[in-house]
Amino acid sequence: MTRPARRYAPGEASGPALVLSYPLSFWGGLDVESGRIIDHAHPDRGAFVTGTVLVMPAGRGSSSSASVLAESIRRRTGPIAIVLSVADPILTVGALVASSLYGAQCPIVVCSIDGIATGDRVEVHATGDGPATVVVATPAV
Amino acid sequence: MLNGEHGEATAFAMQILVSFARAVGAPSLLDVTAAHIDGCLYHGQVSLDFVERLVAGGGHVRVPTTLNVGAIDLIHPELIRMTKPEQAPARRLMKAHEELGCVPSFTCAPYQTQFRPVFGQQIAWGESNAIVFANSVIGARTNRYGDFIDLCCALTGRAPAWGLHLDEPRRGSVIFRLTGFPPSVEPTDSLFVAVGLLVGASAGERIPVIDGLPPARSEDQLKALGAAAASTGSVAMFHAVGITPEAPTLADALGGTPPEATVEIRPADVVRALEELSTVPDGTPITAVCLGTPHFSREEWDRVLPLLASRSASAPARVPIYVNTGRDTLRSLEHEGRLEGSQRNGLVIVTDTCTYLTPVLERLDGTVMTNSGKWAHYAPGNLGVQVAFGDLEDCIASAAAGRVVRVKP
Repeated sequence: MTRPARRYAPGEASGPALVLSYPLSFWGGLDVESGRIIDHAHPDRGAFVTGTVLVMPAGRGSSSSASVLAESIRRRTGPIAIVLSVADPILTVGALVASSLYGAQCPIVVCSIDGIATGDRVEVHATGDGPATVVVATPAV
Repeated sequence: MLNGEHGEATAFAMQILVSFARAVGAPSLLDVTAAHIDGCLYHGQVSLDFVERLVAGGGHVRVPTTLNVGAIDLIHPELIRMTKPEQAPARRLMKAHEELGCVPSFTCAPYQTQFRPVFGQQIAWGESNAIVFANSVIGARTNRYGDFIDLCCALTGRAPAWGLHLDEPRRGSVIFRLTGFPPSVEPTDSLFVAVGLLVGASAGERIPVIDGLPPARSEDQLKALGAAAASTGSVAMFHAVGITPEAPTLADALGGTPPEATVEIRPADVVRALEELSTVPDGTPITAVCLGTPHFSREEWDRVLPLLASRSASAPARVPIYVNTGRDTLRSLEHEGRLEGSQRNGLVIVTDTCTYLTPVLERLDGTVMTNSGKWAHYAPGNLGVQVAFGDLEDCIASAAAGRVVRVKP
């Protein structure tokens, strides 16, 4: 199933979805050394964002989250793409800075996230001038 | 600027700024005439790589730009409990910002320097307490900027035209009403901290209007309120009816629209908020007192120095009293000879950084007393210490007693 999306940070990525029901604050919420969610109050505490297409309703928290996302992309412990329901300026800046400094792209797009489940294979296409797309494939059971 | 006619660094900053503006839904950019940069505190290699890229690209700020605290006290480096190799990237980060033309102010209270903005001025500031002070107490206009983007604004002199830069979003939408207090409620420091904590905890993204607050004894009380509100929540601006410049009346603060909600703050809420700030009971031995979060103002020094002097003869401090302050404030105190003999009173002055952010404290295995709601909120998580909160007078008395005591029961 292909969904139209708006592109905030460019790039191409394909990988397993990690769907968070609650927004994650990267600052204070993500351990950049391991890629693990460490926010004590977060329902997905203990999950690893590394190599996933991170799907969540929104961003949250301090502007230092931009540094933490960029640092996790630099260390390759971060997500490979982020899919949100509403745009987040802080995460957008983090991804753009990482892309500019290290050439490591973590596309950020906004689209409907309904029906995406953790483990689904998600492709994010967000390069070029055309509209971005998100392709979701549920793995065969 | 995007195309590089102002240099590679400016084009780089403008690209990021334009993408940011798009993400917040701003239709255009506007001019800012000052900036305050929160990026000189080291968060990892990316902090340094970003600034070095701008330095290498010939970047220079286009508006007067102050710097927030770093991880190192460059004036008293012996206080920082880090090895030289550990300090190196943090020091370089501070220096690299100077190479971009930023003023080496290294303070979280730029409103206490000669770079204090004026009413209505469009600015791009980082640092949560400074943002809320600028918007609320001064009436200058900034959104909550921070990592990377504040520097992009400084290098371009531009910011996205949205949010608190505009009139409409500055209107209050939730009332916090002090209810059940005596008519002449005393404007204690603790009251302002407690109100800040309570407002921050439930304002969310809305602009709070505080009604019924007694006139502040000093600007420092409003500074403490804002810092507390920006710690328990993400408050970027508050109105205090009859006190802050955009709220001469409740109707002015609300801008003629009905509030979304009204929240009552009762005396019992204030007591509870303050009690919850302390993690230990009164009487607990302390290992230090920490003052000056946000950085101590000249007026706060004028309060604490006589307290210390009157104590030093009869009951010298048993534990160190750390005070964070701006380097300009320190210079003026030294120039006037106000600090002579103060070391004997247990005073340890910290500039350029803050005791809850970087390893300064001699001991982290006990209880630290503070008069700062912000310090009390963050230090247990950041440093692992226990915290006791009290007014300034309580803190100084406790330093002499070596345990948590209250001047007034």
